[in-house]
Amino acid sequence: MVASGIPEIDHLTGGLPRGCLTEISGPIGSGRTSLLISLLSALTKREESCALVDGRDSFDPCGAQEAGVALGRLLLVRCTNIEQALRAADLLLHGGGFGLVALDLSDLPIASVRRVPLNVWFRFRRMVENTPTVFILLEQESCAKTCASLVLRLEMKMARWRSIHKSGEGNMQPTLLSGLQFNAEVMRCRFERAKSDDGWPGGSASRNSAASDFAAVDSYEGTRCSFESKPGWTELTKKRGKNCEI
Amino acid sequence: MPFACIHVPNFILQAALRIEPQLRIQPAGILDGNPPFVTVIAKNKKAGSLGLQIGMTKSQAEQIQGLQLRRRSIEHETAAHAALVDLALSFSPRIEETAADTIILDLAGLAQLFGGFEKLAQRLGRRAKKFGLSAQVAVGSNPEAAQLAARGFASVTVLAPDEEMERLGSLPITALNLSLEIRETLERWGVRTCQALAALPVAQLSERLGQEGVRLQELARGASERTLIPTIAAMEFEEAMELDTAVSELEPLSFLLGRLLDQLCRRLSARALATNEIRLRMELERGEDEIFGIVEKRTNSGMYGMKRDTPSSASAKSTASIYEHALRLPLAMRDSKALLRLWRLHLEAHPPASPIVKITMTAEPAKVRFAQSGLFVPLSPDPEKLEITMARTGHFVGAANIGSPELLDTHRPLSFRVGRFNPLEASLPANDFGGSSVSSGVSVRISSGASSEDPVALLPATALRVFRPAMPARVEARANSREDTGDKTRDNSRDTSHATTSKVHAPARVYFGGVWGDVMTASGPWRTAGDWWTEDPWNQDEWDLEIEFPVPAFSHMAKGTQKTESARARGVYRIVRERATGDWFVRGVYD
Repeated sequence: MVASGIPEIDHLTGGLPRGCLTEISGPIGSGRTSLLISLLSALTKREESCALVDGRDSFDPCGAQEAGVALGRLLLVRCTNIEQALRAADLLLHGGGFGLVALDLSDLPIASVRRVPLNVWFRFRRMVENTPTVFILLEQESCAKTCASLVLRLEMKMARWRSIHKSGEGNMQPTLLSGLQFNAEVMRCRFERAKSDDGWPGGSASRNSAASDFAAVDSYEGTRCSFESKPGWTELTKKRGKNCEI
Repeated sequence: MPFACIHVPNFILQAALRIEPQLRIQPAGILDGNPPFVTVIAKNKKAGSLGLQIGMTKSQAEQIQGLQLRRRSIEHETAAHAALVDLALSFSPRIEETAADTIILDLAGLAQLFGGFEKLAQRLGRRAKKFGLSAQVAVGSNPEAAQLAARGFASVTVLAPDEEMERLGSLPITALNLSLEIRETLERWGVRTCQALAALPVAQLSERLGQEGVRLQELARGASERTLIPTIAAMEFEEAMELDTAVSELEPLSFLLGRLLDQLCRRLSARALATNEIRLRMELERGEDEIFGIVEKRTNSGMYGMKRDTPSSASAKSTASIYEHALRLPLAMRDSKALLRLWRLHLEAHPPASPIVKITMTAEPAKVRFAQSGLFVPLSPDPEKLEITMARTGHFVGAANIGSPELLDTHRPLSFRVGRFNPLEASLPANDFGGSSVSSGVSVRISSGASSEDPVALLPATALRVFRPAMPARVEARANSREDTGDKTRDNSRDTSHATTSKVHAPARVYFGGVWGDVMTASGPWRTAGDWWTEDPWNQDEWDLEIEFPVPAFSHMAKGTQKTESARARGVYRIVRERATGDWFVRGVYD
């Protein structure tokens, strides 16, 4: 299991399983990319090599680096259509050796993702099993069916805005995006894990580390959690913060 | 002090057989000379049994059925000699390049390492076979004795110091490389073997043949002493192949490339080296376009086809086109199969314009990569496999679209390039501790100076999904929200965004991708500008907008989304306004 870097998600799932296909689905703005970046950051900090197959060329390396992703350990494949993305993922899984292979189909039309034959996902599942690779599929709707070992559904709860008091004017207004709140729900989980004393699967010990107590007791489909994200501080937004606090 | 000699008999033929090993089982001969005086200069036994003789003319040799004839190639001989040097250097650092077909090695201190001179000589012979050369190896107490034995005896010979004279005595005097005059003199005397020459009295021999006679007698006795002239071998690894018939298809070409790569990798392996750059140079047959191009220059008319056999078109041969490419590898490797796959992928993507008549492949030597694996070493792909995977993926997504993202040294938003992915050289950024991180020459300061105890610092960063290219948008703005007392208060007087006014207008409604959305919260404008001194400046206002759509967000991108009329979806978007033109674009969405 691999810690995602988000304590609430790790608490909910016990981490993301290696050698399995994990689906992270949700509409636009539901926090899938933030979860992916967090996972990339956690894995590249451990000096594991990761690969991202970007189905619609929507990856932001500037934000990723500032979120802690070691870009030198990330292999980025910029695709323009779903055929390229599937083929690239196939080759990367076949080559092996990556700690994480992420296939991002989030921005592709749902109809085209649905049309991917089930045997493709089955093939991916067979390729990744018995390997130490975490294979993540990002999309709007779950489509890998039974081939996925873990399916997480995300949605945006609300956006948090920070009001800045401007000295001398005395008025309050929302000026800075201070983060987003997301909900996460386990839609499918093919593995089982022990319940801890506090009632949460995995227990509090697994909050910041990969859980290792997946003995076999209880399934926890349908469990939910919420998590927050902080602003992705770019050079630009850093200046914004400074300007507002003057 | 013992010495070994490697001698390759019939070197000219063997140099050709090394590149075309299938000729070993066929009768083959080598031709040399300028037409019409092209003659046979080398042959193998099978060709001899068919009646081929040295000195036959080409036309005579062509009468023999089933005979394979090849032109002499200096490139083949140079490569074969270089392989012989590499082979010798893999055993001893002190070698002498005595002749193109002969190398002498200093074996001082090597007997224990290889378990005796007999075993060492056998290993030399076996290694030579791997290099595609059938060599005769001899070990002697001095360089000349070893050389004489290697030239005279087949297979492997080890001369004990006390029996050198006896063993060498059985050789004919022709093995001594005599001048024609001395040879005739000795034959008149009835001296035909080294033993007979060694038995002659030294003083009388010196009176009649001079110092050359004394030297020859010492050689015949195996008692000649001379210092080895060590070679400083050049670190050049080049293999070439000239083709009698031009190759136009990938399969036969990759077969030939495979042979060259095999030889190169063996040579590199013998020197305990690998390569991180292989250059391929192919001379192409004169193509139709080239012929026409040259004729067109000369005649300045459109009747190209009529001129194909004119002297002007013949001159095109001298200006044959060249196909050159260098395959640069992120790490040194010498796996010929992996290298061949990389070259195949490259040639599939970039095929040469005309059939190929000559191939030259050069490897840049590099130190071998050593890796210590262990239980706790982080997961990383096998470098050789990774290179092939990247080449195969780059074949359909484009080589520029696969690699490691590298930030550019600029403040322009979202600027990056895709560089070479090399996880072995990657270093961790220091930004997780609030310091500055330097990666790929770009410094990115971390805004949050919060310690690890700060709960906000532990939160994941909000990621931005970028729309490439940015989506054009229409924005209805309202009066400056900075003057408002609250964000919920809306100004009903909306105006179009394209009007350039000095006042700052907050967007109220945004239209993009076929959907109008209401702006619930706006943050901005955040003005950035730069590169005004270049031809591609930027000057824009950025807004972070929380937009509520009447249909599930992003249905404009995902056309398969089911629309539910009652549902409304919210998203936080980054929208920019180009100040020069007043146009609005959606740059991305926070996800």
